[in-house]
Amino acid sequence: MAEFEPKVVAFCCHYCAYSAADLAGSLRLEYPANVRIVKLMCTGRVDASHLLKAFEAGADAVLVAGCEEGDCHFREGNIKAKRRVGYARKLLREAGLEGERLEMFNLGASDAHKFAAAVNEMTERARKLGPNPLRISREHRAKSIEQRAKRTRAPGTRAPEKPNERS
Amino acid sequence: MIVAERKPFTEIKEMLSGYRKILILGCGTCVSVCMAGGEKEVEILASQIRMAFEKENREIEIKEATIQRQCDREFIETIRKMAGEYEAVLSLACGAGVQFVAELLAPLLILPGLNTRFIGVAEAEGVWSERCRACGDCVLSETAGICPVTICAKSLLNGPCGGTRDGKCEVDKDKDCAWTLIYRRLQEGGKLEKMRKIHPPKKHGVRIYPQRQVNEEFKKEVKSEK
Repeated sequence: MAEFEPKVVAFCCHYCAYSAADLAGSLRLEYPANVRIVKLMCTGRVDASHLLKAFEAGADAVLVAGCEEGDCHFREGNIKAKRRVGYARKLLREAGLEGERLEMFNLGASDAHKFAAAVNEMTERARKLGPNPLRISREHRAKSIEQRAKRTRAPGTRAPEKPNERS
Repeated sequence: MIVAERKPFTEIKEMLSGYRKILILGCGTCVSVCMAGGEKEVEILASQIRMAFEKENREIEIKEATIQRQCDREFIETIRKMAGEYEAVLSLACGAGVQFVAELLAPLLILPGLNTRFIGVAEAEGVWSERCRACGDCVLSETAGICPVTICAKSLLNGPCGGTRDGKCEVDKDKDCAWTLIYRRLQEGGKLEKMRKIHPPKKHGVRIYPQRQVNEEFKKEVKSEK
């Protein structure tokens, strides 16, 4: 399969990972530009449904980044998040997606390097696993619809232009 | 509360084969509390089904809804019209809820998404355990609030069997012997003489299933058409 640029969603805690991501930017650390950060007040807010929806929307990998264990601003939000990530991995496997696409990381607000490494790791993992299977089937479906349209189109007529191709 | 667990995903997926437009209906009471069939579980299951089907290039349209109780007519009535637009309803209620929805929305097909386990309590976060067998003839006043019908593996009414050892049950060594628990609690409360009472066998034979409960005081008069 051709090299693709994975889309990574990072659920980041305000008290650690979000600051670390900010610092990584200030330090000009290099990490893939395709990461989408979702800021939370605590990773304890993360629910299995949020993680599943990220994959449903086409994410190739998702990471949840919270404080080091024992350092949670809300005492045990990160511990709860860790368990929910484990649960969501099980749910993902049931649905036919690889559990390895989802991971929990623990880091401090000053761990910019650790944040960049986490994002790099998830990007690499997604690259190894290939695109989210849902994206593949969506593309496949779009192609087959296009082919069907071609087959049924009367000879000499043109395909309707897509709105975004006009400009 | 009624404690239930979600059916294995593969079984649910198998059940849904052949349907392209379904309603996943959650129940907002017991099964919400035991985290098997509430609003959140509906959301998660819908997401899983959409992903699994999409991966296999199968089309499915899913509507998510949760009503307060699937064992009460008035709540089911609120979704009657909407449910009619779907080929099937995957109900995440206990067996009673599934049947009542099926009865009221017939001939619409209702599929069960849960396996109903027991009447129990939330022992700890994420742990539920059985406490009542609904025998219809409560003896808890005599047994220090510990049900021998439920907790004793043999449902013995008059003291432990010969298999009790160090307060554990011979059927499962991890389980407590109900009658040892009863003895200890009666002893703590100074009511040990209750152990001497002989309970006659329960009259299981006179119970007719399915059971019905009618409270005449609250029963609504149905006017006859004359």
